[in-house]
Order: sequence, then structure tokens, then C-alpha cells
Amino acid sequence: MPYISNTDRDRQEMFATIGISKFEELIRAIPEKFRLKSELKLDPAMSELEITHKIKSQTCQNLCAQSANSFLGAGVYDHFIPAAVDSIVSRPEFFTAYTPYQAEVSQGTLQFIYEYQTMICELTGMEIANASMYDAASAIAEAILMAVRKNKLLKAILPATLHPEYVEVIRSYTEGVGIELLTAPAQDGVMDKAALKAMMDESIGSVVLQSPNYFGNIEDAEEISEIVHSQAKCLLIACVDPISLAILQTPADYKADIVVGEGQALGNSMYMGGPLFGFFATKLDMARLMPGRIVGGTLDKEGKRAYALTLQAREQHIRREKATSNICSNQSLCTLAATVYMSLMGREGLKEVSTQSAQKAHYLADELCKIDGIKAAYPSASFFKEFVISTPISADMIIEKMLPRGIYAGVKVGENQLMIAVTEKKRKAEIDEFVHAMKEVCHV
Amino acid sequence: MSKTIFEHSSAGRKGVTLPAREIDTPLEQLIPARYHRKGTARLPEVSELDVMRHYIELSHKNHFIEKGLYPLGSCTMKYNPKVHEALVRHTCFANLHPYQHESTLQGALELMYELQEDLAEISGMAQVTLQPVAGAQGEFTGIKIIDAYHKAKGNAHKTKIIIPDSAHGTNPATCHLVGFDVIELKSDANGRCDLARLREIVDENTAGFMLTNPNTLGLFETQIEEIAEIMHSVDALIYMDGANLNALLGIVQPGKIGFDVIHFNLHKTFSTPHGGGGPGAGPVGVVEKLIPYLPVPMVSKDEQGYHLDYGHEATSMGKVHTFYGNFAVLVRAYIYIKMLGAKGLRRVSENAIINANYLMARLKDYYHIEHLEPCMHEFVADSSWQKKEYGVSTLDIAKRLLDKGFHAPTVYFPLIIPEAMMIEPTETESLESLNAFADAMIEIAQESKANPELLHEAPLTTPVRRVDDVRAVKVLDPIFKIET
Repeated sequence: MPYISNTDRDRQEMFATIGISKFEELIRAIPEKFRLKSELKLDPAMSELEITHKIKSQTCQNLCAQSANSFLGAGVYDHFIPAAVDSIVSRPEFFTAYTPYQAEVSQGTLQFIYEYQTMICELTGMEIANASMYDAASAIAEAILMAVRKNKLLKAILPATLHPEYVEVIRSYTEGVGIELLTAPAQDGVMDKAALKAMMDESIGSVVLQSPNYFGNIEDAEEISEIVHSQAKCLLIACVDPISLAILQTPADYKADIVVGEGQALGNSMYMGGPLFGFFATKLDMARLMPGRIVGGTLDKEGKRAYALTLQAREQHIRREKATSNICSNQSLCTLAATVYMSLMGREGLKEVSTQSAQKAHYLADELCKIDGIKAAYPSASFFKEFVISTPISADMIIEKMLPRGIYAGVKVGENQLMIAVTEKKRKAEIDEFVHAMKEVCHV
Repeated sequence: MSKTIFEHSSAGRKGVTLPAREIDTPLEQLIPARYHRKGTARLPEVSELDVMRHYIELSHKNHFIEKGLYPLGSCTMKYNPKVHEALVRHTCFANLHPYQHESTLQGALELMYELQEDLAEISGMAQVTLQPVAGAQGEFTGIKIIDAYHKAKGNAHKTKIIIPDSAHGTNPATCHLVGFDVIELKSDANGRCDLARLREIVDENTAGFMLTNPNTLGLFETQIEEIAEIMHSVDALIYMDGANLNALLGIVQPGKIGFDVIHFNLHKTFSTPHGGGGPGAGPVGVVEKLIPYLPVPMVSKDEQGYHLDYGHEATSMGKVHTFYGNFAVLVRAYIYIKMLGAKGLRRVSENAIINANYLMARLKDYYHIEHLEPCMHEFVADSSWQKKEYGVSTLDIAKRLLDKGFHAPTVYFPLIIPEAMMIEPTETESLESLNAFADAMIEIAQESKANPELLHEAPLTTPVRRVDDVRAVKVLDPIFKIET
């Protein structure tokens, strides 16, 4: 059997030490009638060679973003990943290690998480970050729950410009503890500030802002922050694209109280949307209200620098039902990829990724809008690397017609509305090919 | 001690070269200046070699499975096959986008569909969702399903979930998050649920019962039939925390013995790597009557092929994760199941059980073991003898094990055994490796008597000495202070 070391002879030797003659004596606590009488109905076991063939045939039935010309985004982005990232992430020292509870033999994991937390704080301008959550969606949900711990106010406002799948996840996470979710409407692809202002009163505990928002548009975060903070207790939760933060204002600049976001774009492959990881950062005075693992610097008994999990009294393994969250893991290996990625990119590299993404996205938007019948869906809004166009034929039809050309045209966000994402990976020739194909597809 | 990556930084140094700009419109013309960042994010400026040296240096400070035995109870630190890693990185897995047209995802959906089916068979459940991305999120999903079931039946009065005192902390934390009140059930003298007490606390308001089986003492909950009868008599559902499923593969199908909901930890039982704390995956299986409440989408199959199926959205508990779950983790578990097959999986559990019993037999004369009966895949010893006689604690023993090249067991858990050491060797450890561990534990028992001071001082040979985690809380230092 693969991966099982002991042979029947070994088993016999062990039975002698245990003092039994056959395996069944060890499971006598399991009532006889509960024991399976026949084998599980599974495919016959495959060798490594056979499973390799099977997986190859499955991958052949997929058409991935590498073999297609893809303009899909909506929360998962195809940014360039330097080879050195996987070279580190694929080291068993990191990927077969457990959670760093035994600090003395986990300093490698603990230190990279400490560095990761530092980088997240650098990007966002915040003071403390945790070791990560499952994805941006659960990170927003946890932020809303944290706001309730802070101000005991059970109403939260979500913008209509928030990723619809995030809204679903947030609802799952918050309905049980009695949080009421309100929706702030959108106007021209961004939050309607007047409407938000009208919704604000002293019962609102938190307001979520996504910028760039689901549609790719940059929200007027400073003004929204002022509206939110007109209520003294209300917290502003900002959900941001980490790549954008190399060139766009930090959430700290507009006085966000909790900052979260989807971290996948930082050095992690898309893998059909999982794993993802949510980063989570806030101000020091709310450290004890945070969910999730946090690594802190400390000393060992000889006074040498060392790292350990800290503030564990917040967590489920200590506090049980009184914990700040039920989360027991983090997306550790994804944050390692992000940490190595950010180290390789450095301050100038990340700016370049961010700048080129924005430049190419705007070039594509301009070119598409030259096509008869296509126009920007939100002409008054500024965007970063993703935008929505209004199309002369249905978005579904465009997506279907572009498919045989090997182009993933974008994500449908309305009957005649297509959302298109561009990263620095796209070459001008690929963008031009897309424009050319769109001309044909929209005018037959 | 190692410098941080920030201390390796040198102005102007680069780790990556990006293509020259093909389009170079000034940013100011694209995005209004008021949205621009003031100042630069002070990421390190290092070369690729700097990065490689730094993180490889850090990697040397970790314990990991290939280095030595990892006997963490309830964590199932089995060997992670390398073929998983090679195959999952295929470009047509790694570069799939979740919103690709369904027709371009057929291979991936086939894999997910077959994994749903295989996990359903292994657990004896009717249907499985792959969406939850961790054990705790699986619990959350399962308890939300129970909640949705009761709400659909108009059982608004069902507000209580019963959890044994030996349960993992995630169980009560999860129930609280879903909005249930937690009622703790004491364990009896045999380390099982106290049935008489259970009868007393169950009433019409009971929504469910969460049970880890085998429990965290490594014991099979023999009274499951009675428990199911008690719970089902008030229309309460039974949730099985599948953390310890590695003991039951091909031996017991939980869905056939009274459990209504189960979560799997693919990173435990199905050998996907723990990754230093994640990502994992926590699929959830349910019996027939709970299928309508599973998260959306499921993967379904018809003549046209495989589909992301939102058909039951109206009754579904909703979503717990963006998109469809941790696909890259699912691929690894799929390969594992396909390579082991029915016989292999049964052999996994048999050998996991034999290995644990063998270690227990070798250690029982040296360490106190509260429940001296055949265990399943793990057992709980404790250091009460050492503590009483020589003042040596479980923490001391755990740290001394690190000196001897082993990871420590899960310590101080379950909470009902003082000075607990929960030991799970897993099936992938050989007789020789079990013997080496047992020898080390026996040696430590002898050291406890001969030289307790040595144990208080341990560890002596690890990258750092005993870490001051109290200081980590008192002088909170969560980020490096970057100077320039």
C-alpha cells in the first residue's frame, strides 16, 4: 500500500507487544452491527503513473487562463508570479509543518507571518494585522462582528457596489448573532453618498466600503469616511485590492478603522478561486478584539529575539464559546507566497505591477469605447484595473461568441453589461486582439 | 536569530524585472491625483538571491513531517505524498478562473463531482458539499444546515446544542456564531458521554448534538445508537466532528450509524498538507433530508456534462466562501483517495489504530493513562506521575521531546485530563520510527526522575530556547519597525 510503512510482519510484531492476536480485538468498542461488512464502493486503487494519466486527461478538459486570452477578474486576478515564490512555498519545511504552537521548532513559520503582518500594515497604513482569514468575504464578516464587539451596535451597512458573493458569505456569518444588514444604494457605479448620509444614525455599528469596488470603480473614500464617522461610534471597514495600494491612497489615509481584502493577487495562483486568503488589519487599540491568529515578537529564555503566537486568550481553543471567532487556522501557506512575492517585487516592483495594470486597463477601455455601440457603463467614475462596459448585444452572447476565439471576455454584471479586468500580464497584442474580436462579435 | 527581510533591504535593489511599458500613459491622466498614494509602501528592496537565502534560512527553523515524527493528537500529521504537489501545479488547474464558462471547466468539475461522490461513500452520507475551506468552517456550515432545517420546519424554539466537555474549542465557538446556546455534557468514568445526564438535559428546545467520534480521548463513542435515539426523539440532529475520521475509513460509515451531518478535514484524513496552519478544506456530508440546505453551488452531472448547480438556492443555507472552496486542496485529496482505493483506506485506519495502540503499550508503564483500554487512532497519556513525584510538567516533557528531534504531542488537551498529552502517530510511521519515539519518551520519563532540572531547562538544542509567550502578550510587538 502506498504511504503505509508497516508490513504484515511488522503488524504481527506489534500485536505481540500490544497483547492481541488480530486487529479486530482493537476495535471491539465498536458495536459489531456498526462495522462495515463489505468494502467501500470506490474506484480500484491507482498507481502514481495511472493517476498521473487520469489527472492529465482531466486537465485537458479544462481551458485555463494561460491557454486562453482571459479578461476575467471579479475578485480573483491573474497577476504575474515570479518562479522563486513557488520555490519557497514548495519546501516541505513550510508546507508540511503544522500550526506553530510549539514556538521553539516553528520559528520559520512564525517569523514569516510576522514579516507578512508587517507588509500588510505597510500596504494599508494600519498598525496591526492578523495572520490571515479564509478570504476577503469572511474577513469582512469577521470585521463586522468585531465592530459589534467594539460598539455593541447591531446594524451594519453594506454598499450595493460590494461583490455579490461577499454579501452572501457575510449574511451567513452575521445573521445568527442578530446583526441587521442594510444596503446603501449605488449611483453611477459608486456608493450614493447622499443616500448613505440619509441612512446614518446612532444605531449603525459599521459601514463597509469596497474600493476599488466590485465594478472596479474607486470610491470617494475620504468623503464616505467623513459621513461614516459623523456617528462617533460607527466603524469604517475598508475592503481593498492589495495590488492597488502601491499607487492608491491607503485606508489609513481616509481613516478606515478595520482594513480587509482579498490577498490572492499577491503571488497566489487562481486555482478556480481557492485557496484565497483574506488579510485583516486594524489599529492597535483594537488588538484584543481581533479574530484569528497573531504572531508577536518576544524573547527566549536567554534573551534572544524570538516569535510566538500572541493574544491567544481571544481564541477558540482557550475561550471556547466566548472566543472572538471560531476560526482555528489561517491561510498560512498563501501568506507565505504573498510575503515572498512582496519581497521579490519590493517597493518599486509592486508600484510597477500596479501602474502597468492600470495603464493597460485604461488603454483597453478607451479602445473598446471606440467601437460603435460600446460605451463605459460608469463614465463619471475612476477605475483601477477593472471596468464595466455597456454592450450593444447581451453580455452572455459576447461571452459565448468570444469563447471559440480563445477569449474569456469578462464577467456579466447586467444584461448588457460586461466587466473586464486587465493585469500587467496582458501584452498589448493580446489586448488589441480582444478589441479586434469585440468589433467583430458586436457587429455581425 | 535571523534578521527580518526588512533588515536585508538595500535601496534600489530588485528581486524581479518586469517587462518594459508597452503603454505608458502617465498615471495622473488615468486616475485623479486625490486618489493617489502619498509616499511609498516600504516593502523590502532585495535581490532574488537575498529572498531565497532568507526564507531558506527561516525554513531550517521549522519542524516538518519529513524531518521527524509529528505525534499531534487530533491533527493527523501523516506523510503528504509528493505526487499531489506535482499534479496540482498543472497549469490547467493552477490557472483556472472561477468565472470561466462552465464548458471550459469540465475536467475540474468532474474531479469535484467524483470527490463529492467518494466522500459520500466513505462517510455513508447522501450528499457532500466541498465549499468549506477549513474544519471550523465545515462545522459552521454543518451547524448552519441544522439551523436551516429547524427554521424550515418552524422549530424556532430549538435554541440549544449539546457538546461534550472533551470537544474541540471550535465546537462551542461555532455554535455561538450560528446563534445557538451551548450546553456542556460531562464525560462519564469510561471517557464517553454520560448518557443519564444527556437524558436529563435534552428537551424540546434541543436543536442538535455535536460529537467527535472517536472522541478526543481516542475512544469510540460506543453508545451512539442510544444517543441517536434520544436526539431523534425530539427531532434534534447529530453532528459528527470528523477530526478523528482517520480511525474509521472502511470500518464505520458515520452516516449509517445515526449521524446526520459530518465534516471532513481533508488536511488530516486525506493527507493534504497542513501548510503551517492552512489552507485546508472542510467538506460537509449530510443525510438525505438535509440535502436541500447544503450551500450553493453543488456540482451536478447530466448528459451535457458537469454543472455548477444553484438549483436549491431557495432552501440553501447560503454560502460560506467566495466561489467553490479550496480547489487546490480538493485536487490533492482526490488523488489520495484514488491512489488508495477501498482496501488502501481501510488499511490506513487499521494501521493508524495499530500504531497508536502499539505506542500506548510501550508507554503505559512510564506514563499515567487514564483510560487503559484499546484506543482508536490516538490516546491520551499524562504526566501526573512525573508532576507529583518530580515536579515535571507536560510542558517540560513536550519541550524535551523537541530536543530529541520529535515534535511534541498535543498538550493540555482534552481539558478534562490534567497534564494531558494526546498522541496520534498516524499510519505512515514505521515500527522503527514508533520505537524511536517510544524510546525517547521513556528516556524522558527516566530523566524526570534523575534530572528534573534538565527538563525545566528544555529545549536546549532548538533554534531558540524556551520562548517567553507571556512577554509576547505584555509587550505586544506585532510588526517590525521599518526605519527607512
